[in-house]
Amino acid sequence: MRRYIVGRLLLMIPTLIGVAILTFVIMRAVPGDIVALRYAGSSVPQEVIDQERHILGLDKPMWAQFVDWMTSISHLDLGQSLWTGHSVIEELQVRMPLSIELAVLATLFAVALAIPLGVVAAVKQDSWVDYAIRVFSIGGLAMPSFWIGIMMVLITLTLWGWAPPVVFTPLFDDPVANLAGLILPAVAVGYRYSAVSMRMTRSTVLEVLREDYVRTARAKGLRETIVVVRHALRNALLPVVTVVSLEFAFLIGGLVVTEQVFNLNGIGKLLVDAVAHRDYPLIQALVLLLASVFVLVNFVVDLVYVVLDPRIRYS
Amino acid sequence: MLRSRIAPILVLALILAACSQAAKPTATPTASVAGGEKPISGGTLTFIVNAEPPSFDGHRETTFALLHPIAPHYSLLYKFDPNDLTKVIPDVAAEMPAVSADKTTVTVKLRQDVKFHDGTGMTSEDVKATYDKIIFPPTGVLSPRAGAYAVVSAVNATDKYTVEFKLKYPSASFLTNLASPWNFIYSAAKLKADIHFYEKNIMGTGPFVYDGNTKGQDWRGKKNPDYFGKDKDGNKLPYLDAYKALIITDANAEVTAIRSKQAMIEFRGFTPSQRDDLSRSLPNDLAIQEAPWICVNYVVPNSTKKPFDDPRVRRALTLAVDRWGGGEALSKTTIVKDVGGLMRPKGPFAMSDADLAKIAGFGKDAAANKAAAKKLLTDAGVPNLSFKFLNRNIQTPYEPVAVYLIDQWKQVGITATHDVKETSAYQADLRAGTFEVALDFNCDFLDEPDLQLAKFWSASKAGKGLNFAFYDDTKLDGMIDAQSRETDPAKRLALVGDIERYAMDEMAYQYPVLWWYRIIPYLSVVRGWKIGSNHYTNQDLTTVWLAKK
Repeated sequence: MRRYIVGRLLLMIPTLIGVAILTFVIMRAVPGDIVALRYAGSSVPQEVIDQERHILGLDKPMWAQFVDWMTSISHLDLGQSLWTGHSVIEELQVRMPLSIELAVLATLFAVALAIPLGVVAAVKQDSWVDYAIRVFSIGGLAMPSFWIGIMMVLITLTLWGWAPPVVFTPLFDDPVANLAGLILPAVAVGYRYSAVSMRMTRSTVLEVLREDYVRTARAKGLRETIVVVRHALRNALLPVVTVVSLEFAFLIGGLVVTEQVFNLNGIGKLLVDAVAHRDYPLIQALVLLLASVFVLVNFVVDLVYVVLDPRIRYS
Repeated sequence: MLRSRIAPILVLALILAACSQAAKPTATPTASVAGGEKPISGGTLTFIVNAEPPSFDGHRETTFALLHPIAPHYSLLYKFDPNDLTKVIPDVAAEMPAVSADKTTVTVKLRQDVKFHDGTGMTSEDVKATYDKIIFPPTGVLSPRAGAYAVVSAVNATDKYTVEFKLKYPSASFLTNLASPWNFIYSAAKLKADIHFYEKNIMGTGPFVYDGNTKGQDWRGKKNPDYFGKDKDGNKLPYLDAYKALIITDANAEVTAIRSKQAMIEFRGFTPSQRDDLSRSLPNDLAIQEAPWICVNYVVPNSTKKPFDDPRVRRALTLAVDRWGGGEALSKTTIVKDVGGLMRPKGPFAMSDADLAKIAGFGKDAAANKAAAKKLLTDAGVPNLSFKFLNRNIQTPYEPVAVYLIDQWKQVGITATHDVKETSAYQADLRAGTFEVALDFNCDFLDEPDLQLAKFWSASKAGKGLNFAFYDDTKLDGMIDAQSRETDPAKRLALVGDIERYAMDEMAYQYPVLWWYRIIPYLSVVRGWKIGSNHYTNQDLTTVWLAKK
């Protein structure tokens, strides 16, 4: 097992290097750069543009820029944002707590909704309860979370003249203000997220309920709750855990529109701004970070499989 | 049971009501400074900025996103009068400048009571260091507006509180350019220690001291107790205790912030529909100010590409557009309104409507213009002209303006394909000249021909990187240079009119579509702020105060 873990950890390195090369090349293949954008619409002479490109090192050959970047990375230096001139680490530090907290809240909401409802839908298959839950989950899939967010803000504004705070307050500064700012986006995102997990839970539980060992458990005279929760659900959870984990990884950097609707200063918005600005060091660092999150989450999920299903062994 | 059935219906009705665009606005445009009101000191102004400042250095940047949160920390040599935004008044200068008889030496006396936020006194050395950085930037320092001061040969500190600008030749625009909102007065000592100090630090002489910022989220300032400014009754300025700029980039979130009263104002501008939405939601708490804006979109045919090297084709493109009808229609949905030439309509250099109507594409008989356009296209051998029309992916007002143009061109047989690109790619095409016809834009802080004509210099000379029509025209260069040196206002006005006729009508190089129109809906507690014709000046917040509800 230890060998497996070390092997998987080492395999992450070439994966991330591949991601780094791809990001570097793709971004430079896209037309336009930060200097043209910075002075868009203003009467700035070409000499100033050329001078700024030189200062930022954008006039160097692509290979030289790549070598510079790789050298910095090897010293654990992610570089400086070309837009603000501040270190990339500093830019990330401000946004990371919000994105992680939102992802955690949305995941908690989604799991709390998805697993019980998914199990109930499976147990009450083809009853009105099942249909109602399925309609509810299809609603979550059909409506974009940003639209749900806009509607929630409109409703709270119209009914109570209240909207979530437009400025994020860290959890430990003021937990109430923190939750007031995050609860609506967490619900908006968590609803869609729960819909995917709910449908997955329902179908896997249905499948497991038809297995011989479940029939055996019932034949032994166990109570239905124990049969469902202890025997069926645990075995049905493997694909659900996979879906939930990948969604969690996605939430860290994928909530661009929701972050804009609620004016949340998160990683998704930062990434989109960085791409729009052609802020290469920031884009490269963010993509690398998000890829690392995905790779790590995948790894952790594989380890969780062992806990959930003792038959699984890695060698 | 009944309640549970009614609730969803009620919610749905409320959503529909909120989304409805049919209702008329209930608040009306008002003046900002209520006559006879006595300003009250205290309170925190919260306002929206819809972008984040890149660096903190006003000399280096060109975006309003820097000015709105950061200008209150700084003073200028001169500034625009907050009560009459067409008038220049002293800021750290003690009086208006003295100009020598040959108009090539400008002497500025400075106030002696100005202190930087670190407690050091401001002297002429600070002003000299500031203007040297702007006009003669050392290697590695960027100064995008250095060209605007090309007329200056030297800046001298003649005594502790006197600065002298030596000019190469008399300049019509130099004095007003001293009120440029970007020319923050910096400390000579700080610049000497590190010329890049102000890119990441704040230390000015302005009415508000830096109180912190959270990246991508907010910017905070608090009252400077040592600020030198006083109002006409001798009360110390500023009136506000503090301000907080909220960075909100989404248009819906901006409206929500004002509607929920988390923000009081956004100083750049809203669309008519956003104004109407706020007006319906806050009928008793909203004030609105509106004004023509020194911002405009240009149609730019690339004269290095066939058939746009033919003036007949370029004239046909402008003749096809009914600007008067367009202004009326588009002003209902987006932020364009007035018809004008190269200078802002209703501004000090604007042509009369009668003179304007004589220029191709600006006449009021749209049918006759379109017929003339068709004939020109036929004469030029391109009756069914088709091209790609480059535009940037910003909704307001670029998209509706482009859609309107494409429709107008279609009516004379031109097929224009809307080629929308994100700003960076759009700029790359524009600068490389890899387009046929583009929608360009320009915004300035002042009605000043030297600024508004900057894009009209020859592309290989002074217009390099600015003139995206890519023509070279020594005659036009001479005309622009002549107006710049003409210090007699009436003669200068006539010269500017000649330039407009030559550039837009005779040669039809590039031409405005419609001038923008600025709309500021805000909570009526905000007083002492007056809308101007640009979103750059009048942002130091010295005279802004909050009324008690």
